Amino acid sequence: MKALVAVKRVVDYNVKVRVKADKTGVELANVKMALNPFDEIAVEEAVRLKEKGIVTEIVVVTVGPTAAQEQLRTALALGADRAILVDTSEDVQPLAIAKILKGIVDQEKPELIILGKQAIDGDNNQTGQMLAALAGFAQGTFASVVKVDGGKVQVTREVDGGLQTVELTLPAVVTTDLRLNEPRYASLPNIMKAKKKPLDTKTPADFGVNAAPTVKTLKVEPPAERKAGIVVKTVEELVEKLKNEAKVI
Amino acid sequence: MSILVCAEHDNASIKGATLNTVTAAKAIGGDIHVLVAGQGCQAAAEAAAKIDGVTKVLVADNAVYGHQLAENISLLVAQLGKGYSHVLAPATSNGKNFLPRVAALLDVNQISEITKVISADTFERPIYAGNAIATVQSGDAIKVLTIRPTGFDAAAAAGGSAAIEAVATAANAGTSTFVGEELAKSDRPELAGAKIVVSGGRGMGNGDNFSILYSLADKLGAAVGASRAAVDAGFVPNDMQVGQTGKVVAPQLYVAVGISGAIQHLAGMKDSKVIVAINKDAEAPIFQVADYGIVGDLFDIVPQLEKLI
Repeated sequence: MKALVAVKRVVDYNVKVRVKADKTGVELANVKMALNPFDEIAVEEAVRLKEKGIVTEIVVVTVGPTAAQEQLRTALALGADRAILVDTSEDVQPLAIAKILKGIVDQEKPELIILGKQAIDGDNNQTGQMLAALAGFAQGTFASVVKVDGGKVQVTREVDGGLQTVELTLPAVVTTDLRLNEPRYASLPNIMKAKKKPLDTKTPADFGVNAAPTVKTLKVEPPAERKAGIVVKTVEELVEKLKNEAKVI
Repeated sequence: MSILVCAEHDNASIKGATLNTVTAAKAIGGDIHVLVAGQGCQAAAEAAAKIDGVTKVLVADNAVYGHQLAENISLLVAQLGKGYSHVLAPATSNGKNFLPRVAALLDVNQISEITKVISADTFERPIYAGNAIATVQSGDAIKVLTIRPTGFDAAAAAGGSAAIEAVATAANAGTSTFVGEELAKSDRPELAGAKIVVSGGRGMGNGDNFSILYSLADKLGAAVGASRAAVDAGFVPNDMQVGQTGKVVAPQLYVAVGISGAIQHLAGMKDSKVIVAINKDAEAPIFQVADYGIVGDLFDIVPQLEKLI
């Protein structure tokens, strides 16, 4: 079966983001960019399913700027077979991304679609669910185990009180949580090979999607700072402070 | 304006996050209706009718909603949601699962995890794991929002007397089935709503050592959490994780034990009222956000603390 994996180019998770002085957003100039960590897990899961002989072809897609080719090449180096860049300079919001991905699903007809549960920039946690709704597919969000069997996939999900397992009819959408797998590192030969793998470029208009945002960001500010408190010497002093000063016990 | 709040419940009772969501609805202003969709959920619907500020409770009691399958619930909520200006759900794993589907079916964007209502169309929400706060304005006809429970006080669970109305719709997408669940059983309060949280990190050394935290927590009536490092090391299960990739908590008192204070962890607890840090490394970043810090061996300090309170 064919697997489609959607990825996003985001600020590297090790970078401490800074809000711009004019409060229009966070500083992105000269900041290290990377594949969204949850999407890396999504690519890895597809590659493992291919190694098990369940998946036969992995198509990786991103909606983003021309520079997002870099992240597609990373995914190709990890084991994806070909890539599609939907090139746009707009800050495309989840619903429009889901509509574009729906267009790709209609063309590519994948049986399994894997995405990260959220991108670590906008923290929206929406795109996979929206794509599933638009396509009329079932979804297994926040996945920690994925088992494909016949025309079904069993997904064990990380939920508030523990774990929940659901069975979905294929085609279906899976969004990854952290514990699904530990992504591999791309080897140098695979990085070289990835440069020769096919990469198609499209635009949102090719799918009849208007990528203009419907939610406007009015301003972005740093969070309220928490001041460091005091260091106490003894447990007695700590208990006294908690009882009489903070009054929380 | 009229607001539809999707209740988080276990069929028998209403979960705390629903009360925070009702408070967010009050801040938006308008008629507040609560939807209780489940199986055998009459008791939860009756509890919802008592929430202060709620004017009507819609109850969809049907086997197809039994396990809150997103495919079915979203069809129901999208159909009902057409008649409202706002559709809200708590940003719990359940709310985050089905509400984006509702937004897509209504052809609008969702605004996730709002922490403040500025006006009926303008909201604050954290981005970049809480390292920046965005103020966003929705231009969509129906505002679909998930509410971060720690951003809003709980509405009073008693005092209201809303009418309860049955919804007959049985929306069954037929694409998913519930197989099973493994839920952690505990007599301690739930992490998300606990007044006091005691969390352990890599400094705990192993899972067995968490027993000293359980013992302290039981004396305090606290929930027990953990850092991602402790979860990744296999000390405790993932549903205990506090942080960017786990749960966000904001209790009255947060006790961080053997936790260095990685930015991913701080994202999940820095809105707590009072933070106590216990760590042997005086340079650990956790001390920069703690109200009270104590430097030393946690295996000495925690049992002493338990004895003294």
